[in-house]
Amino acid sequence: MIPFIPGDFNPAYLLCIAGILAALSPSKTGRGIIGLIGIGLGLLQLRSLGVGQMDSAIYYGVMEIAGYEFIPLRMDKLSVIFATIFHIAALINVIYGWSHATRLESSMGLIYAGSAIGGALAGDLLTLFSFWELAAISSVFIVWAGGTHAAFKAGMRYLVVQVLSGLTLLAGIVLHLSRGGSSEFGKFTLMGEAGVDPVAALILFAFGLKAAFPLLHTWLQDSYPKATPVGAVLLSAFTTKLAIYTLVRGFEGTGILIPIGCVMTAFPVFFALIENDLRKVLSYSLNNQLGFMVCAIGIGGPLAINGAAGHAFVHIIYKALLFMGMGAVVVRVGTAKATELGGLHKSMPWTTVFTIIGAMSISAFPLFSGFVAKSMITLAAAEAHMLFAYLVLLFASAGVLEHSGIKIPYFAFFAHDRFAPSVTGRERPKEAPRPMLIAMGIAAFLCLAVGFYPPILYGLLPYETDYHAYTFEHVATQMQLLMFAILAFMLLVKYKLYPDEVRSTNLDVDWLWRVPGRRLVEWGVPTVARLWHLIWNNLRALNVLVVRGLTMVHGPGGRLSRSLSVGLSAGSTGIVLAIVLILTFLN
Amino acid sequence: MLMDDLPVLPVLLPLIAAPIAVLLPNGRAAGAWATLIAWLSFYLAMQLTSIVATAGTVEYAMGGWASPLGILYRVDLAGAIVMTLVAGMASVTFPYAMSSSAAEIVPSQSKAFFAMFLICFSGLMGVVATGDAFNVFVFLEISSLSTYTLVALGAKRDRRALTAAFNYLVLGTIGATFFVIGLGLLYQVTGTLNMIDIHEKVQAAEEDYGRVVRAGYAFIMTGLALKLAMFPLHRWLPNAYTFAPSSVTAFLASTSTKVAIYAMLRFLFTVFGFSFGFADVALAVFLILGLVGMFSGSLIAIFRRDVKMILAYSSVAQIGYMLLGISFATVDGVGAALVHVVNHAVMKATLFLAVGAVFFSLGSHRLSAYKGLGKTMPVTTAVIIVGGLSLIGVPLTNGFISKWALVGAAYDSVLAVPSLAIVLMIVASSLLAVAYVGRIVWAMLLEDPVPGVQAKPVPALMMVPMVLMALLCLYLGVNADGLVDLCRQAAEVLLDSGLGYGGVR
Repeated sequence: MIPFIPGDFNPAYLLCIAGILAALSPSKTGRGIIGLIGIGLGLLQLRSLGVGQMDSAIYYGVMEIAGYEFIPLRMDKLSVIFATIFHIAALINVIYGWSHATRLESSMGLIYAGSAIGGALAGDLLTLFSFWELAAISSVFIVWAGGTHAAFKAGMRYLVVQVLSGLTLLAGIVLHLSRGGSSEFGKFTLMGEAGVDPVAALILFAFGLKAAFPLLHTWLQDSYPKATPVGAVLLSAFTTKLAIYTLVRGFEGTGILIPIGCVMTAFPVFFALIENDLRKVLSYSLNNQLGFMVCAIGIGGPLAINGAAGHAFVHIIYKALLFMGMGAVVVRVGTAKATELGGLHKSMPWTTVFTIIGAMSISAFPLFSGFVAKSMITLAAAEAHMLFAYLVLLFASAGVLEHSGIKIPYFAFFAHDRFAPSVTGRERPKEAPRPMLIAMGIAAFLCLAVGFYPPILYGLLPYETDYHAYTFEHVATQMQLLMFAILAFMLLVKYKLYPDEVRSTNLDVDWLWRVPGRRLVEWGVPTVARLWHLIWNNLRALNVLVVRGLTMVHGPGGRLSRSLSVGLSAGSTGIVLAIVLILTFLN
Repeated sequence: MLMDDLPVLPVLLPLIAAPIAVLLPNGRAAGAWATLIAWLSFYLAMQLTSIVATAGTVEYAMGGWASPLGILYRVDLAGAIVMTLVAGMASVTFPYAMSSSAAEIVPSQSKAFFAMFLICFSGLMGVVATGDAFNVFVFLEISSLSTYTLVALGAKRDRRALTAAFNYLVLGTIGATFFVIGLGLLYQVTGTLNMIDIHEKVQAAEEDYGRVVRAGYAFIMTGLALKLAMFPLHRWLPNAYTFAPSSVTAFLASTSTKVAIYAMLRFLFTVFGFSFGFADVALAVFLILGLVGMFSGSLIAIFRRDVKMILAYSSVAQIGYMLLGISFATVDGVGAALVHVVNHAVMKATLFLAVGAVFFSLGSHRLSAYKGLGKTMPVTTAVIIVGGLSLIGVPLTNGFISKWALVGAAYDSVLAVPSLAIVLMIVASSLLAVAYVGRIVWAMLLEDPVPGVQAKPVPALMMVPMVLMALLCLYLGVNADGLVDLCRQAAEVLLDSGLGYGGVR
């Protein structure tokens, strides 16, 4: 219990309040302190709320309104691990942005983090939907904070996708409730006895949009690299991982997720290999990491779910670490393009070290956090005898090493030394600012801590586990994989077969709606307008005709409203009588 | 003893009071007398309703002659409701007439005016109360003949009242003739005039004298359809309503067609019943002509420039709603028709009383006189707006309740026409009501007053009844359960009383 705060207060609100206060605070330090206090209180509140086991969650603030049961807080191991890591990510973000976050970023970032936490803790569907939308709206400001016109347009596209996801979710929820479904957010059955359940499919689509399923993923690579260095770190942590949480909760063991996850984890490897912008590489790699989790959710069962949750946990930290490293480079050099970087290790040693720790974590070297979680997922695939999925995951692991583990640090900090004073005529760029180094240091420490002492993580996992990461078999498999991948990289670079870093724009599926789709809209709008004008004009003409006709018949002196002579009126009465008589006799 | 005579008292009281009114010294005293009688009758009718609602149908043998030989008075719940309605309208319009007739009627005729009013009132009550088919004809003619006189009395302000009254006289007489011919045919084959008796005997007679029964049916239905102004037999109504004195219009519009509707229900369900195959003819006719009337009446109303004429044509449209409800031949449908009978009476009385007040102040009921009325006569304007909103069927007014009941009944009924189409037509014709009410409200609120026109203040005797009616419109729109339940029960009795048939629930 924290004094002055009600026992069942939602930690999400604490962060949102901190976000509003931060928006009012004029100084950077003030915003940072408010953020730290808000997150600290949120963590304490989260602890004091307690944790229930998976099948015996603790509920707070349950109330029924018009037959709908609101459950603002549901504390079980699954929701708490996500809420915890969201708090940690928010904390790292506040420190990282201590001197570089704009007012908009620091306030919206806190609200964004708060809504992700609220979404993870939400026990009913409508509460989830509210936080789902709040996360979408607060995060788009962070994209826009990138400041460039490209960032603005990317933000608009991002908003369209996020709102689409929210609306789809709402539609699904409404349909689910209207057929008498429970208001509690639980498991949905995609494949019922009568084939695919459309309601569950709608909700899965909504989750899939946010989780960046293949073909629905382009908003991610589109918007994240266009945010500011601080903004990208913020963005990388919450939206997709909230979606992963909802998938775990709603679609655990849904078979279709395995192929989706496999595709998702494999295809970004190629894009990441040829991409020049290193922050975009990280975005692709983010997509690839999500693939692991989606695959694990599809496999289902305690081990795989532990793997998915654990992977989400460590992934948020090392992905943030990598984005922070690249962000520091952008802050100091102004770009993250591989063709314009190199040799930075000489003047940015700490950033280099931290980034390499992040890179080794994501590549799942033993003793780093990625290894601890990722091996759980591959083992789950192996135990479920899914050979194909297992192979794809292995391939993707090797791919991760190529593009994130080696490419990022290699091209940013080593390769050609482009910043030597002899080349540029200026001093070398300085080491990253101190708050950024502190934030990276915390993240790197967490990566190593989890890597060296996995029980930190295992205690948080949804299900009881007796899993041991460091068995001979796991380590040997992983090391073989890594060594051969490194060898491949060396050979490729040596024989100049590795795709050269070139300034290029790589086409992704978003080309489909950015070029032909745009043409379609450009053609469609005037066509529809012309068609509508045609219909409208005809309707107006028709309207005039109808009114004129009605006036003729019903207007003063019209046939129906004229005062008839007595004889005619009497005659018409006779006609009516005759008709009624005939009808009566006919019947 | 007094209570035993309850079914006849509200009928006889005004009939006996009418000659006394002529003997009174002046019009004012006659008006006060008529008002007193109306209030007394209203009280008695309420008593009667409460007794019928709890104890069921009341019967009274006239002069102690047992039925079927004697004349039987028989009041069931539907009858009691209509009697209360008629008496209620009389007790509102009679005091109003004391003020308004001073301006609209030649002073020497005002005693006769109130006597005619009482006779008309008595006739309308009699049609409802009696259980004897020929008695229905007698009372119908008592009320009609006095109505012709009442309409003609409007001649002081507009000579066209005379032609209107003459037209009404001819057509009304044709209707009455059809009706009495039909009765004669039935009498020929059954040898009785008691409604229940006719019902029982006509079943047997139908096998031998099927044609006669059919012809009787057609004549009676057409005759009553003319009396209730079913489209296209409504020609007498607009002119009669427009040129009659204000109080007469208010009273007629709210009662006489309603009583004819009641008589129609009585003959349709009680006398003939639904054992005959040809009974469906009336329902089909009502359905089609009701719908046509709804649109035709509203459309003509839109194009009219005389407010009284607009409202008169609107009555033709509203009668279409009632016929529509009856044509469903379900408890809900007939119940909805009865609800609309009451609600339409209240809202039309409201409107015609207010129009009479404007006529009193400005001397005109043309739309051009209504310009800027919101500034010069705010209370009357408010009353007209309330009545107009009811006519459209805006929620919180009683018009909404009856349309709601009607739409509900349309959904639940099984008809040749898809019920959704009927619902849409009800909505569409309500939109037409928006147009004609809108024109009046537009003129009152958004146009500037005609300069130099001074509005005479409306006397309290006219103001109180019309405000009362407007409040009743709102009250019945908010607290409608009682009325709707009562009408439903009445419809159940009508359809289920063992006289008609088992009722399609």
